[in-house]
Amino acid sequence: MTTKSQALLNWIDERFPLTANYKAHLSEYYAPKNFNFWYFFGSLALLVLVIQIVTGIFLVMHYKPDATLNASGIPIAFASVEYIMREVPGGWLIRYMHSTGASAFFVVVYLHMFRAMLYGSYRKPRELLWIFGVLIFLCLMAEAFMGYLLPWGQMSFWGAQVIINLFSAIPVIGPDLTIVLRGDFVIGDATLNRFFALHVIAVPLVLIGLVAAHIIALHEVGSNNPDGIEIKKKKDANGIPLDGIPFHPYYSVKDIVGVGVFLFFFSMVVFFYPEGGGYFLEYNNFIPADPLKTPPHIAPVWYFTPYYSVLRAVTFPLFGLDAKFWGVVAMGAAVVILAFLPWLDRSPVKSIRYRGPIYKTALTIFIICFVILGYLGVKPPEYAFFGVIPGAPVAQLCSVLYFAFFILMPWYTKIDKCKPEPERVTFK
Amino acid sequence: MSVEQEMDSSRRNLLVATSVVGGAGAVAVAVPFVASLTPSDRAKAAGAPVEADISQLAPGEMMTVEWRGKPVWILRRTPEMLASLDKTQDKVSDPDSEREMQPEYAKNKYRSIKEEYLVTVGICTHLGCSPSEKFRMGAESGLGSEWPGGFLCPCHGSMFDLAGRVYSSMPAPDNLEVPPHMYLSDTTILVGEDKA
Repeated sequence: MTTKSQALLNWIDERFPLTANYKAHLSEYYAPKNFNFWYFFGSLALLVLVIQIVTGIFLVMHYKPDATLNASGIPIAFASVEYIMREVPGGWLIRYMHSTGASAFFVVVYLHMFRAMLYGSYRKPRELLWIFGVLIFLCLMAEAFMGYLLPWGQMSFWGAQVIINLFSAIPVIGPDLTIVLRGDFVIGDATLNRFFALHVIAVPLVLIGLVAAHIIALHEVGSNNPDGIEIKKKKDANGIPLDGIPFHPYYSVKDIVGVGVFLFFFSMVVFFYPEGGGYFLEYNNFIPADPLKTPPHIAPVWYFTPYYSVLRAVTFPLFGLDAKFWGVVAMGAAVVILAFLPWLDRSPVKSIRYRGPIYKTALTIFIICFVILGYLGVKPPEYAFFGVIPGAPVAQLCSVLYFAFFILMPWYTKIDKCKPEPERVTFK
Repeated sequence: MSVEQEMDSSRRNLLVATSVVGGAGAVAVAVPFVASLTPSDRAKAAGAPVEADISQLAPGEMMTVEWRGKPVWILRRTPEMLASLDKTQDKVSDPDSEREMQPEYAKNKYRSIKEEYLVTVGICTHLGCSPSEKFRMGAESGLGSEWPGGFLCPCHGSMFDLAGRVYSSMPAPDNLEVPPHMYLSDTTILVGEDKA
């Protein structure tokens, strides 16, 4: 470095800890050297967040959150999305990047969460790191749900109708709460405008704060790895973990490869398959919202369907409260229970590599149930597999197994026959 | 500065007092923000009753009018449709309309003022979807050969009979709501008001 630029850097460092932060988070942040494929998804989630923020800013420049009808009888919000698609130069690309980004976000986040479950990344001392992650997941769900109302299509309208009405199931305050959420007695212009405000300002601010907290917590405790052992236990004379390598350049370069591969698939969807076969952008959402007519088949976007299936699976009243209330409770619990994983898991080892057969079976059943619930969630309630096996009881069974995975975890992880963990990470 | 200084508790009291006052102020400031989330005066005013002309409605047909942003159905029931209500009597969860989902004058077997005309809000009492018409009886309906005609909610599968009564063990807890309404003449219904 030339003396002039060194002098400038010194000038900054005396006023702002630039070099110290660069070292702490990049060049001297030591990550385990045995990361594998599963460790791409954290950095990819960050990439998608950037894509969503940048494309979102440009969409807001043309979008109008207005439910009133224009001269040709089309809601202005719906018309402004069509305007972006057809008349704004490059608008179609920005919009498809944003809509595909929403689905891509959930793809990478679900894989990122599954990685944590594979290698026990939520275990001590990473409990807070995991809880920040669960909160980010909740924020993402809120963000996706509110963003989906903005095009003001049929699915936007009726999806929001169903989800807001979920809150009416809460005893005593429920009905009034839904009116405060909607800002009207029915979903309308007031609802659209407040969802717009929350989608573009409030939730993104919270989301960015949580992502920062997630990364700060990560860099405090250090990354877990596929062996689920702490690299900080074995350090060299300089206090550097023997099995650690600096994040930059090693993992920055590795992550860029991941980014390249990810963008390859992302572009494929954006350019050739933007509707994702009706799963990323539902066909009924190309019809303007009609408060008088529910489409014959409504289903949430794919990333919500496992939880939607849990909601539908509860069809019986309990303790004098409606099935509707318990359905909502079950759906909420299915997400919130994730936050308790660090305390439910009592296994002596973290990684799937050293876990016993019981946990491996349990995790496999859990993932199968999650996928089946997701599949049934896009189907109508009367759906039957091959036309013979009714879907409803299958969804109920899968919901029970979903919760059993968590509730029985303290017991089955304790009695499981684990293999001994290695002293150092295994690395080929 | 010595570490072991004696605490001046009067200053701490002042600290607590100012915090309480400041907290009260913060709560007071929150009031207009929360109030702004509730329906505006304009939204409250938009709830005028609507008139429906039923002179063109043939038996077995249904029309929809918009009242307070919601669909209100007016179904002219045929004698077979009315007879089907006897078949569903023991399949529905609230056969005698005990729960308050209708005005007093519609708390009868047909849940209507005139037997022939059912007037009901077409919004499922589960999560607010609008159920679809499934008036065809039997296997043609796709709901089994026993189906006596009624409504099916596309969202979560709740079934209703031709008086808007919900079947037992369905996600929807209540019968469809019968709105306040009255006959202005033999062919005109006023939805949203029931006093002259």
